[in-house]
Amino acid sequence: MAAAALTSQLNALVNNMFAMGLLDDQFQQLQMLQDSTAPDFVSEVVTLFCDDGERIICELSRQLEKPNVDFDRVDSYVHQLKGSSASVGAQKVKNTCIQFREFCQQRSRDGCLKTLDLVRTEFYDLRNKFQAMLQLEQQIQACYPKH
Amino acid sequence: MDATAFPYGLRVLVVDDDPTWLKILEKMLRKCSYEVTTCGLARVALDILRERKNKFDIVISDVNMPDMDGFKLLEHIGLEMDLPVIMMSIDGETSRVMKGVQHGACDYLLKPVRMKELRNIWQHVYRKKMHEVKEIEGNDSCDDLQILRNSFEGLDEKSLFMRSDSDTMRKRKDVDKDHADQESSDGNTVKKARVVWSVDLHQKFVNAVNQIGFDKVGPKKILDLMNVPGLTRENVASHLQKYRLYLSRLQKQNEERILGAARQDFSHKGTSENLNLRSSFQEQPSNIANGYPHASQNIQTQANMLDSQLEDTKSTVPLPVPDKKRTLASDAADSQNVTSASSLGGVLSFKSMPVNQDRKPSETMILECQAWTGGIPSKQFMQYPKHNHERCDLLGDYSCLPKPDLEHPVGPSNLYAPPPLISMSCGMEGDARDFSDVKPAIMDCIKSLSPALTCTVDSVSVQLSDSVVTSIDGDLKSSGVDGLPSIKDCCLDQTNSQGSLRPSQEPSIIGSTELASLPEDLPSYPLHGVSLENIGLSSIDLLNYSDAMILSGLQSNWYDDLEFSSEMMDYPSIDECLFASS
Repeated sequence: MAAAALTSQLNALVNNMFAMGLLDDQFQQLQMLQDSTAPDFVSEVVTLFCDDGERIICELSRQLEKPNVDFDRVDSYVHQLKGSSASVGAQKVKNTCIQFREFCQQRSRDGCLKTLDLVRTEFYDLRNKFQAMLQLEQQIQACYPKH
Repeated sequence: MDATAFPYGLRVLVVDDDPTWLKILEKMLRKCSYEVTTCGLARVALDILRERKNKFDIVISDVNMPDMDGFKLLEHIGLEMDLPVIMMSIDGETSRVMKGVQHGACDYLLKPVRMKELRNIWQHVYRKKMHEVKEIEGNDSCDDLQILRNSFEGLDEKSLFMRSDSDTMRKRKDVDKDHADQESSDGNTVKKARVVWSVDLHQKFVNAVNQIGFDKVGPKKILDLMNVPGLTRENVASHLQKYRLYLSRLQKQNEERILGAARQDFSHKGTSENLNLRSSFQEQPSNIANGYPHASQNIQTQANMLDSQLEDTKSTVPLPVPDKKRTLASDAADSQNVTSASSLGGVLSFKSMPVNQDRKPSETMILECQAWTGGIPSKQFMQYPKHNHERCDLLGDYSCLPKPDLEHPVGPSNLYAPPPLISMSCGMEGDARDFSDVKPAIMDCIKSLSPALTCTVDSVSVQLSDSVVTSIDGDLKSSGVDGLPSIKDCCLDQTNSQGSLRPSQEPSIIGSTELASLPEDLPSYPLHGVSLENIGLSSIDLLNYSDAMILSGLQSNWYDDLEFSSEMMDYPSIDECLFASS
């Protein structure tokens, strides 16, 4: 019964993430890719995304702190973040990245800094939800030790 | 195998700096039953592709990567390997896609990439293969060229190849067919037919390059300017890369030539007792007039060569070899020998070149030896026999080839054969000399050398001897028509002795590290003490080199077997014949 409760909790969480526009159908693609040969596929990919995203955001802050911002460089990091978020279907982060790149092209440091804050918030929000999701999945798996 | 089985096991290399995407793509491709290799860095990808040539069918690469632009990678792959490349990016701007297409991408996928798109990527491999088959069918003269290439592409082809007598075109074609069948079914070997870079075509190419300006050239521009139907961007790109390589080699070559000359000088003055190849050759010419100590010289040559190759390890002991005089009725040999020393410097200078890494080294060799042609008009200088690349491959990939077929008509001249390689290269060096004069003798040399080197390298394919033989056949014909008495004599001599000498020739080929096991009629080959193990790449280099030389004969031979002689006669320079294909 505990497992069922956890599962419905997980479903609710994921549905909510979709509803809020955090995720798009790429995430469903990931779920479809998960199979018996790769039972932890989604969690592995999500973990990769979280680590990589965090790295890129740190790099972005560092780049934008510099007295002479190399906007091309910033742009390429934002591009990376955009690609990375697209991989897991992190729709909101991805869309913010698109805005971010516009500011890069405008060479607007303020715009970039503002968008960086926004993307950071969104990213960590998403990451928290992902972590909650992975935790629930682990708990569910723990209910079926042989599954 | 049927067509439905084909896409499975397609070997895909995925290049993306984003670890998340790598993971996802890998999973997706595996779900499509493809064989996946992933790589996070473009440069590493390039290394992988170079090291494991012919181990991939298709490449999927991200456009934006920190270490190397995806387009750059695409260009490299297009130039160096003949692989379809799919680009992918999160950006779908038309200009980016266009750039990808211009750089030769066969497809441009937008991220997020979906399974259904990946499921279909085999079509690019298949399409390439189809074009290839078409080209082969449409161009008969390519058959034999193609078969050579094909034969190097898989271990299982080795046996096929051994069976193919080089002198019988029919058999070659059979093998070709075998291979073609196999190829179209397994989808592993994706090579498209090469364009034959004739003199005219190359001239067009050079004109285009000159018109555009060497610094600004790109395959696309050249292609447009050349305006040759059927020629693809890839063809041009590949040719352009070699052309560049060739030019840069040419430059280096000049330096090496000076170096070689210096060495020669040194050895000439130095003590001849050290069995230095150069000096030993300097001493020989006196013998040439009547009989020629080929056997001994042959051995000496080898021993010395080995020695020189192994200077570092000191593991080779060049043994004094009793002279076994044999007559070679070739005037050409004389003149060659006189000059042989100088060229050796050049030959040995190849020592430092790595082989097998990719196609470049062998290319280099070819280019170098062309450059030796000294006084020949420079604009027609260029040739790239592609087989050599493949051959290079072969040497690397297959360490133990089957023994040569006894049936194949490696001539007796093997035993007669003179200071192989060396005289050949010197033949090249004499500016004014008509190459066709020298050629038969060169063939002899090569012929004799290839088996010998087979011993030393132990992975040298019989193909080499095969091709040598082919070229000799071609030569026999040509010399007959040429009516050059000296050549004729030489050839006749070979033919006459063919029967009697064959038995002894085989052991010398197979005697890999055991030259001691030579039969009794070769008492003059006491190579027992010579350690042949570590004869490394340099020997192969030499071999390749010699191979490159004979390709002239080979190719012409393939193209028009019977009319070969007419071409030979007005050999203005070796280039033209070397030129035959690329």
